[in-house]
Formats: sequence, C-alpha cells, structure tokens
Amino acid sequence: MSRIINTNEPLLVVDDLKVTFNTRGTAPVRAVDGVSFSVRAGETLGVVGESGSGKSVTSLAILGLLPERGVQVEGAITLDGTDLLKASERELQAVRGRRVAMVFQDPMSSLNPVLTIGRQLTEVLRRHNVCNKTEAPGRAAALLDRVGIPEARRRLDNYPHQLSGGMRQRVMIAMALACEPAVLIADEPTTALDVTIQAQVLELLRELVSESNTALILITHDLGVVAGMCDRVHVMYSGRIVESGERHALFAQPRHHYTRGLLASVPRLDLVGGKLTPIPGSPRDVIDWSDGCAFAPRCPAVTEACLGGPPALEALDDTFVRCVNPEPLGESMWKVG
Amino acid sequence: MATVQEHLQSLMGNRVVETSGSSLSRETWNRLRHNRVALLGLGVIVFFVLIAIFAPWLAPYDPRATTWFDQIRPSSVPGPSREHLLGLDESGRDMLSRILYGARASLVIGVVSLAIGASIGAALGLLAGAFGGWVDSVIMRITDVMLAVPGLLLALSIAAVMGQSQVAVMVAVAVPNIPLFARLLRSSMMAERQKDYVSAATSVGLSRRPLVMSHIVPNSLGPMIVQGTLALATAVIDAAALSFLGLGSADPGVPEWGRMLANAQRYLNVAPHLSIIPGVVIFITVLGFNLFGEALREALDPKLRR
Amino acid sequence: MLTVRDLRVHFPIYEGVIFDRKVGAVRAVDGVDLDIADGETLGLVGESGCGKSTVGKAIVRLVPITTGTVTFDDIELSKLEGVELRKARRHVQMIFQDPYSSLNPRQNVGSIISEPIKTHSLRHGAAVGQRVLELLDAVGLPRGAAHRYPHEFSGGQRQRIGIARALAAEPSLIVADEPVSALDVSIQAQVINLMEELQQQLGLTYLMISHDLAVVHHIADTVAVMYLGGIVERAPADRLYTEPLHPYTLALLSAVPVPDPVVEDRRQRTVLQGDLPSPANPPSGCRFRTRCPFVQPRCAEEQPTLRELRPGHQVACHFAEELAEQRVSVR
Repeated sequence: MSRIINTNEPLLVVDDLKVTFNTRGTAPVRAVDGVSFSVRAGETLGVVGESGSGKSVTSLAILGLLPERGVQVEGAITLDGTDLLKASERELQAVRGRRVAMVFQDPMSSLNPVLTIGRQLTEVLRRHNVCNKTEAPGRAAALLDRVGIPEARRRLDNYPHQLSGGMRQRVMIAMALACEPAVLIADEPTTALDVTIQAQVLELLRELVSESNTALILITHDLGVVAGMCDRVHVMYSGRIVESGERHALFAQPRHHYTRGLLASVPRLDLVGGKLTPIPGSPRDVIDWSDGCAFAPRCPAVTEACLGGPPALEALDDTFVRCVNPEPLGESMWKVG
Repeated sequence: MATVQEHLQSLMGNRVVETSGSSLSRETWNRLRHNRVALLGLGVIVFFVLIAIFAPWLAPYDPRATTWFDQIRPSSVPGPSREHLLGLDESGRDMLSRILYGARASLVIGVVSLAIGASIGAALGLLAGAFGGWVDSVIMRITDVMLAVPGLLLALSIAAVMGQSQVAVMVAVAVPNIPLFARLLRSSMMAERQKDYVSAATSVGLSRRPLVMSHIVPNSLGPMIVQGTLALATAVIDAAALSFLGLGSADPGVPEWGRMLANAQRYLNVAPHLSIIPGVVIFITVLGFNLFGEALREALDPKLRR
Repeated sequence: MLTVRDLRVHFPIYEGVIFDRKVGAVRAVDGVDLDIADGETLGLVGESGCGKSTVGKAIVRLVPITTGTVTFDDIELSKLEGVELRKARRHVQMIFQDPYSSLNPRQNVGSIISEPIKTHSLRHGAAVGQRVLELLDAVGLPRGAAHRYPHEFSGGQRQRIGIARALAAEPSLIVADEPVSALDVSIQAQVINLMEELQQQLGLTYLMISHDLAVVHHIADTVAVMYLGGIVERAPADRLYTEPLHPYTLALLSAVPVPDPVVEDRRQRTVLQGDLPSPANPPSGCRFRTRCPFVQPRCAEEQPTLRELRPGHQVACHFAEELAEQRVSVR
C-alpha cells in the first residue's frame, strides 16, 4: 500500500486501518477497508465522503471511541511513536483529549445539558491536570475568549441550551483545545450550522491551525469547505481512499470518476446555468472491493477491467488514484463562464 | 458494455435482498422471531393461555372437590405424590387442578380488565389526540385526577361498593389502566402529528377523520401494544394481590392464585409448597408477559427501524 | 400565478399554571410579499429561523395565517376554510425536507401515491392504479415500487416518492421545502434535475425554499433573501449573485464555500459577527442592524421598506445606493 510521504515528520500515522462491524445475524460489514494517511503539525487534512464512506468510523477509530463488542479494528494508528490500537485503556485516556481531540457534528448532544459550560470546561481541565482548581475558571474563560465567545466570564455560568448552535460549537472547540492537542479531528463540524455561522467556525479553525500549529483532520461531505480549508484532500468511497492529493492538484484535475462525479453534481454559486450531472444510483449500490472497484456500479467509465479484483491506489502525476481507467489529463473540467 | 452491466448485476446480486413489499408489522415479527427472549416470553404466554383454555381437560380432578380432606392434619399437608403431582391444599383439594383452573381466573381477569382499561383509555386518548385544544385539556385534567387516586384504595372502594366478586376485581384492575392508556395514546398521537407525513396528508386535502384514523392512529399504536402486554402482567399480579386481600370471588371454592397464596400463609411452616407453587406460577406468568413486552418494545423501536 | 401580500405569521407565546395567558408572539413571518409567475421558480433563501419554511407552510395552509393574503390563480387561499379549503389544496402541493418522516411508514408506495388521486376523485377504478404507474415512471422509480414500503428505499428514492405524491394531486404550484438538503451530495443533483425536468414537462410553478444558495441559484429564476421574518432583497437569480445590494446578501454569498481552491483563495470574506436575534423580540428599525457591518444611526430608528433600486431588483436597505458604489462581488 502506497502512502503519501512528507518531508516533515508526520505527527499521526494511520496505516492500513480496517474496521469491521460484526452484527449478530447479519454478514460482517467492513466500514473502513485499508485506509492509510498521515498528518503533520500545522497541516489541514480533508477527508471527503458521503454516508457509508467510512470517514466518521475512521475518526472514531483514531480516538478509540468505537465500541469494543462486535467491532474489529486492524492496522496501526501511530501517534508520538506509540500504536494507539495496541495501547491500554489507561494509555488511551492519557492520549485522548490531551494529544488528540475531537469536535463532533452535533454540539447539542455532545454537551451535558444539566451542567454549566464552565463546569464542563473546568472538568476537562482538571481531568487532564492542566491546571489546579483555583486557576481552572480563569483558564476556562480564557479558552472561551480564544474561540471568540464574547463576555467569556459571564458565559461560564450558562447552560448549553442558553447558547446558539454556533456558540455551542465554539464551546465544543474550546473543550477540545483545553489541553492544546497536537491533532484536532473535526467531524462535520459545521454541517448543523448556518452558512454565516459556518464561516465563523471555519475562520476559527483556520486561526487555530496557523497560530498553534495544530494538525487538523477535517471530515466533511462538503467539497466547498475542503477546497478552502485543506492542504491535502482524501476522497473516500465505500471504506477506501479512492483519490488523494494536494487540493489544487486534486480539484483542478480530478482523475477518479467518483471525485469528478461529486464535483459535477454540486451546483456552483460562481458559475451560471448548465445542467448538473448527477452520479446515478445511490451510495448503497456498491460491490465488494474484492470483486472490483466498489464504485463500478455507478461509474460512467466502467469497463470489464474494473471488475477484475481490487484496484490499487497508484501515484498518477500529482495525485494518488484508485482506478484502473482514470480520466486522462486534459483541460480543466470547469467550463468557467 | 452489455457484458460489463451483466457482470456488475451478478456481483451486486448477492447484496440486493428481495424484500418486495415487506410491511413494518412483518419486519417487527421477523425481528421478534430472531429474538430468543421474545420467543421465551411468547412461549410462556402461549402455554399460560392454552392451560387456561383447556383446564377442564387437563385437570386430573375437580378443583373444588375436597375428597382428600381426611389426609389434612394441622401439622401436615401431603406434598407431591404420584396421585397428586403438586400435592393437596389445606382443604384437601388437588393442587395441580386448582393451579390449572387458577390460570383461567387470572386470564379472564387480565384480559377483561385490560379490555376495559385499554378501550376506555384509548377512546379518551383518541379524542384528546384528534381534537386537541380544550377537549385535550379537559381529558388530560380528568386523567390527572384519576392518576392521583392510589390504585389499591380505588380497588378497595370499588370492591366495597360492588361487593366481593370477580367483576369488582376486574373493574378495580381496569380503572387505573384508563389514564395510563389515555395518556400514552394521546402523547404518541401528538408526536406523530408533528411528522411531515401528516402535514403531507393534510396538504393533500384529507379531512380529519381519515387523517386521524388511517395515518396518525396506526402509527401511534406501537407503544399501546407494548403497554398492553405489560399491563397484562400487572393485571395478573394485581388480581392476585386483590384476591390475596380477600377481594376476589365471594365463593371460596373458586380457585384463584392470589387466594391460594393467602390461604397458604397459615401453613407456611408446615407445608411451604402451598405458598411456593402459586408464587412460582405467578412469577413465571408475569415474567413471560414482561419479557415479551420488552422484546416487543425493542422490535417496534423506530431507532432500530431505520 | 401566486400572489402573497403582507403575510404575517405570529406564533403566540403562552404562560401560566392553570390558565394560559398570551405573553407575546414569535414573529416568524412579519410582512412578506411574493409574486411567482406561472411556470417560474422563486427561490426563497435564508438561514434557519428566518421564517422561510413558515412562509411555505402558510402558503399551503399548514400553519395559521395571522394576517395577509395568499392568492393563487384567482383563488384566495388564505380565506378558505373547511371543505372549500380541502378542495383547493389540490392546486398547491408540498415537497418536504425529511425523506424519512414525510412518508407514512405503514402505507405502501402505491397507497401513498394514490391517496391524493382518490381524495380528489381524479381517477376512478383501475385508472387509479394506471395513474400510479405513470407517476412512478415520471419520477424515475421502478413500477414494482408500488407494492413496497418506504423503509425499503434510500433517501433519494424516498424523495422521489414524495414528489410523485405531490404530482398525483395534479397541482400547478409546488412548494419545495429544502427538498435536497437531507440527501447525500451525489443524490442531490438527481432530485434537482428531476424537478427541473418535471417543471418543463408539466409547466409547474415552484417555490423553492432552501438554505443552500448554490442550489437556489441553480434552479431559481428569481431569488428572495429572507432575514428574521422579512424579505431583505429580491432579484433575478443571476443579478442577485453578481450584484448583491443588501449587506446581508453580500455576507451570505461570501460565506458559501465554492468547491474550487482557486476561487476560495482569491475570495474576500465578509464574516458576520454574532447570531440571529430572537424573532420574539426583533431589533427596532432594520432587523439586520445588529449584525450589519455598515450599520448607521438611522438603521435603528427607521425600518427600511423593500424598494425597487433597479428594474426587477428590490432591496430593503437605507444605504443600498451607497453600498452599490463600492460593491464587492462573489468572485
């Protein structure tokens, strides 16, 4: 399996991650099927995919948040030289929140509704021994201030329901930042938010990466968010990375037909008219990777060769593509006008 | 190209499960069928119902016959033997026959009281859920009042008014069920009402009756069915408790599990089987209904449905 | 032709232990005028809580109208009650956002689609079944779908079922409330294209309600931008995106990410501060003034009305002319 190699030392390395769900009475489902990537300090990595692509399961696996029963995790997730998959629960707890933190999609269900946000923030600070009891409220207020919440001191006494969705997501980010993690995973952090609030939250994440040199893994279905935020982008489909590369290279010349299909199916605000070209079928219409390319049933360029076993992720000019019949290099796919 | 499509179809073929027209109730049944706890509960229920129905054929003796009274001593009651598989009771009657007939009393009381409680409750809940507004407020205040009266006190007063009879027990067990079912149906109807398919049916131009009866009510019945199963379990216990307190049938010869427990008290040291047998039977029956009810709740859970 | 005049929908807020007492009102929609010509698509955009969905629900009479009129093809929908309203509902149908909750899980697809046909006696006997099959063809579902239940379909297919149900009533106007926002990205375009095709074939008029400006830009002829219960700008779709005149439209447009790194890197961002004020207690004067980057003293005193600045382009801002001089476009 090929891996993108960086000149800088990668912080977090995910190597050949496989996650299988064994539900009683049904065939095992492999949600993540051999995913490898790495992320460096100060870098933003985008993971794009639709429902069922395995993007969220990947992030849960990194934090060790998948249930133990009925879930099989294979491969290696290396952070600071230790393999998180082999670490004990104790070691994991030391890592979780301290070195790697996560921001979820729904800020309401991620916060405890009966505790003030001040209490929840100081709890995180105390649990990881970031500071002592007397310092905690001050630190908590400083964190809220950092994520752009006005009147931070007063807000500490608020309950989650007293805050707007955007404010709650800022609180979640503040909690994730409490221990100054080296890696921040944001799983659809703005999907539940309005565009103007999304812009605020994305701006905040951008600042964090540039100021604190945090490594950010941004998981989203929104190609627009990725285009403006990420240094490198991985496109996932049915549990595997199907295309990856530096964002300019990837968006200018997508080679995988799924990436191209995604881009052609979203209307663009800056382009006028034209018909959208949807991808036929639904993300449910897949075949087993062992039989061939999982995207083959929906692919406009499918050939018999696509069904001859699993395609490999191969370097192709500037990007890595998992396709036996990639789109040839040519003009930009955008007829800008 | 045709060959590729065919090949793809064959590869996808094993994934596409032919489920043509499988309704929700069929799906629920399929889930229940694969749930061992549900099957166990259902087995107990079926067993219990069969015994109640076929008691006259199954019972080896007349449950009222005190034929073996001469074998009873204040210091000893004969336990299980070949002739009397569960022994004799304190009046010299065959225990097995009384237990089998007792199932009848329990089933009749359970079913009738549930039917009364659930139907009145559902009617009230339906009115409240269908009309809302002041109708809803009035009905809900009535149920609040009913909920505020302690069940046992209510049962005792009903028995006091109606006299000692199984009908009184049925009414006494049924009445506390009314507000429970009323509130349950009303709240699930209110929840369904908010859903878009009801808005869609409204905007299609349906009038209130088909809207309520063919859209809202069928989707609100799930919790009612679960509650019904669980209420049967409670009814069995309540009926036993009331007859234990002496509120059952006026005729002491009528076999009731609760009364058997009550009568056995005096013989607890001498003949513990007199208490243990009806106790175990009540326990197993109630457990069966509860297991099935819980499994049903799980099978109907919309969170699992998606 | 749909005409909406001074539409207001206020939801009363009650308080009290035993007797409910009205203590205020959420002004979800507070004076909205709309016109949609036959066969046209009006896009209504805005963020959550702006009242755009309530406008749609008021037009199809799913929420009570406080004041104002809704007229469609000479029928004053806002006046009708009882049987007359039920009969008139046929002409205006709705497509809902959530493909899961918008279909009755206990009805099979054939029964869902035939309900409007039977309710309004549009077909009789065997013709009903025939019509259901036609509608399934029209929305691109296999005919065998009629015997299946909603939970056997994916989100995109369910949305097609919802569209078929709306078409079954043979409406002239369809109010589509966020019809694609619950769907996977690759499925959204399928539904958008389907809606466009149906519009061309059947001459439908659409009110497209969405928070997604790109979707609205793509499908709509005219776009109206809503903020806190009122329309702040209305213009032909292309004009609105090339020459936005209201500061809120400007901020909205600059906040929408474009899936092109080249464009993203070049963009000027107007990041709005703060959150939407409560519609129970809207700010005095201009509703947008608490978040407006160009706010002036006059904005607090006087509520701007929607006025025509250019032909077909209306804006509710006291300083639209000044802003237009130094306007910033999306690109």
